[in-house]
Amino acid sequence: MTAERFSGEAGLVTLTLEQAVNWARKGSLWPLSFGLACCAIEMMTAVSSRYDIDRYGAGVFRASPRQADLMIVSGTVCRRMAPYIRKVYDQMPEPRYVISMGSCATSGNIYDSYSVVQGVDRFVPVDIYVPGCPPTPEALFDGILKLQEKIMRQKVFGAKTVTAPPRGTPQGAPQGVP
Amino acid sequence: MSQTGPTTLPDRQPGSARRPDLPLLRTEELMLNMGPQHPATHGVLKMILDLEGERIVKATPVMGFLHRGVEKLAEHGTYHQFIPHTDRLDYVCAMYNNFAYVRAVEKLIDLKVPPRAEYLRTIVAETQRIVGHLFWLGTQALDIGAMTVFFYTFRDREILLDWFNELCGARLTTSWYRIGGVERDVTPELIAKLSKFIDEFQAKIGECNLLLEKNRIWLARTQGIAVVSAEDALSFGLSGPTLRGSGVDYDLRKYEPYAAYGDVEWNVPVGRNGDTYDRYWVRIEEMRESCKIIRQCLERLPDGPYLADAPTVVLPSKDKVFTTLESMIIQFKLFTQGFKTPAGEIYCGTEAHKGELGFYIVSDGSGRPYRLKIRSPSFIHLGAFDHMARGYMIADIITIFGTYDIVMGECDR
Amino acid sequence: MNDLRSVAERLTQRFPQDVVAVAEFRGDLSVTVRKSALLTVGRFLKEEPGLEFDYIVHVSSVDYPTEPERFEVVYEVYSIRHRRRIRFKTRLSEADGEIDSLSSVWYGANFMEREIYDMMGIRFHGHPDLRRILMPDEYDEGFPLRKDFPLQGRGWRDTFEFLEPPASPAAPSSKDSP
Repeated sequence: MTAERFSGEAGLVTLTLEQAVNWARKGSLWPLSFGLACCAIEMMTAVSSRYDIDRYGAGVFRASPRQADLMIVSGTVCRRMAPYIRKVYDQMPEPRYVISMGSCATSGNIYDSYSVVQGVDRFVPVDIYVPGCPPTPEALFDGILKLQEKIMRQKVFGAKTVTAPPRGTPQGAPQGVP
Repeated sequence: MSQTGPTTLPDRQPGSARRPDLPLLRTEELMLNMGPQHPATHGVLKMILDLEGERIVKATPVMGFLHRGVEKLAEHGTYHQFIPHTDRLDYVCAMYNNFAYVRAVEKLIDLKVPPRAEYLRTIVAETQRIVGHLFWLGTQALDIGAMTVFFYTFRDREILLDWFNELCGARLTTSWYRIGGVERDVTPELIAKLSKFIDEFQAKIGECNLLLEKNRIWLARTQGIAVVSAEDALSFGLSGPTLRGSGVDYDLRKYEPYAAYGDVEWNVPVGRNGDTYDRYWVRIEEMRESCKIIRQCLERLPDGPYLADAPTVVLPSKDKVFTTLESMIIQFKLFTQGFKTPAGEIYCGTEAHKGELGFYIVSDGSGRPYRLKIRSPSFIHLGAFDHMARGYMIADIITIFGTYDIVMGECDR
Repeated sequence: MNDLRSVAERLTQRFPQDVVAVAEFRGDLSVTVRKSALLTVGRFLKEEPGLEFDYIVHVSSVDYPTEPERFEVVYEVYSIRHRRRIRFKTRLSEADGEIDSLSSVWYGANFMEREIYDMMGIRFHGHPDLRRILMPDEYDEGFPLRKDFPLQGRGWRDTFEFLEPPASPAAPSSKDSP
């Protein structure tokens, strides 16, 4: 859509401040470089020239969680790595988003063993799940686009204050079920 | 102003002849933690560095952050069911792990693979080697600072990943190899595409090499870094380009030829000084040798079946499974009970692109492995990390990670 | 094969009391030795002219819980000069769970023996740094690769003590998570 068609001859656009803020947020999602296993390879491929994640604004990978908006958990989440993932998540300033990329991060995949957490949502709240083993870069982009839609629907101002669920409650699994 | 001589910087040595009244500088060793979340550790590896200034006094790797219990999972499934697990070990060149595993199982059950399958396996294994080395080159260059090479190598990698996609349906973790052969045959279009790629690839390696081979920054950052002697390398169990960079020509494809490697002419590149630059050179040359191997195999590809004729072991082809009752029953039995193996133990090593990837399988005569141990080159290379890294600077740590070419999936299993 | 048999003969001649069994299977030669002679056999294989097994291939362990000597530790070494591989192994019982470390003979045995300690619980006498390697140091559920250890573990993978305890209802809470 050209600028004239969008804004008319007067060059004016009407939108709420919330839409503007959300538009800015979705267009500049800065991911944290957080590759765990095989999905990290596809994430790196998404950065490379053929797929080019930068066209969605998400090309600036930050090494420090303090500067990142998006944590793409890509790969198997082992229990030993879990405290570090949570620490890194806690260090991210809000608004922060989590994409669980791949079947291992979503549910543990084929690794139903003594050391693999059956899904990263057991200890970190997840916004978007991207299935696949590994998901192709196109699938990852589908996840990012859905996350962008989710961000556009977000309430920024005047949101009802509700009590967040206790942080010990795993989002993915009902209580008491391993 | 008196002209006494050239001005020199004040002497910093404590207790020096110039200023004996200066006290000795108090220094302390610093313990620095790198990882497990770090952009350059190539996966989830934690490194605890004891530093004196910028120099590394001791480097302790802490691993296990990707330990998935694969060896225990193997004991609970059949031999066929383990093939996808092997993909995810060294996920950069996945099919070579498949190859190493199916070779081990075929050694255990003494199954001969038809010649066409051997050639196809060799061709695909060498394309995987190219893919793995391209990935290594891109990431090592990126870590050292040469971003352009990263984009070039990933661009070339994409062509091969598309080829794998057409061959077997997946880009990265493919599981195309089967016990007894391969899952499906190549089409003439695929052969033509691969030939075209190989013809153009020499120029592409040249392009990347041109940027690095004589680049002063690259030379300064790789020559003389992480030197390991041949004797130490053997004692640590290093293999692959890491060992060949130190002057030992140990390459299982030549020492114990398998598949079609004995039928084609190619050379093993061997370095001299055992430093990072030599290992880089060895890997570039290996890519060129891989092209030679693939070209010769494509020219000599024999006709025939691509799966061995052993219905008690080999999975029937999918179209028969869905149309004939006999094949469906065989498929069912093979996946629920597995095939009976003789009791005994074997070790089978294969020259993967990182080094010697081996499987030590102990069988108790049932359809499931009793013990399956993966001899992983990345794990063993990390054992030598402390030895390799002592005395170098922090900036060299990243280079050393890259030159070892460690993949945590394989290291932690 | 004759080549390997000659190695087995030399070993049997040199250590007549300590070589318990010699077996061949699919071209691999395995020599079982007594636990007490492991270090001397290892040194002999590495340093003896004509043998010179200088490259360590792997060190593994197998668990036979029904047998009195439950654990088997397997060393496989290769001679670059003579292009041959030999496997030598030893047995030990659970009560007597310690054997000599060969990390002074082949440096690569260091990490591999640590892994065996971690996964099977076999201790190595003389090892410079015997502690867990793949599981965290404080992992106390047992030794995962033993046959009596369940595949899914004993609950460690599902407990997340690093998460904060649930907030009380009166505590200030954050807005809706996006």
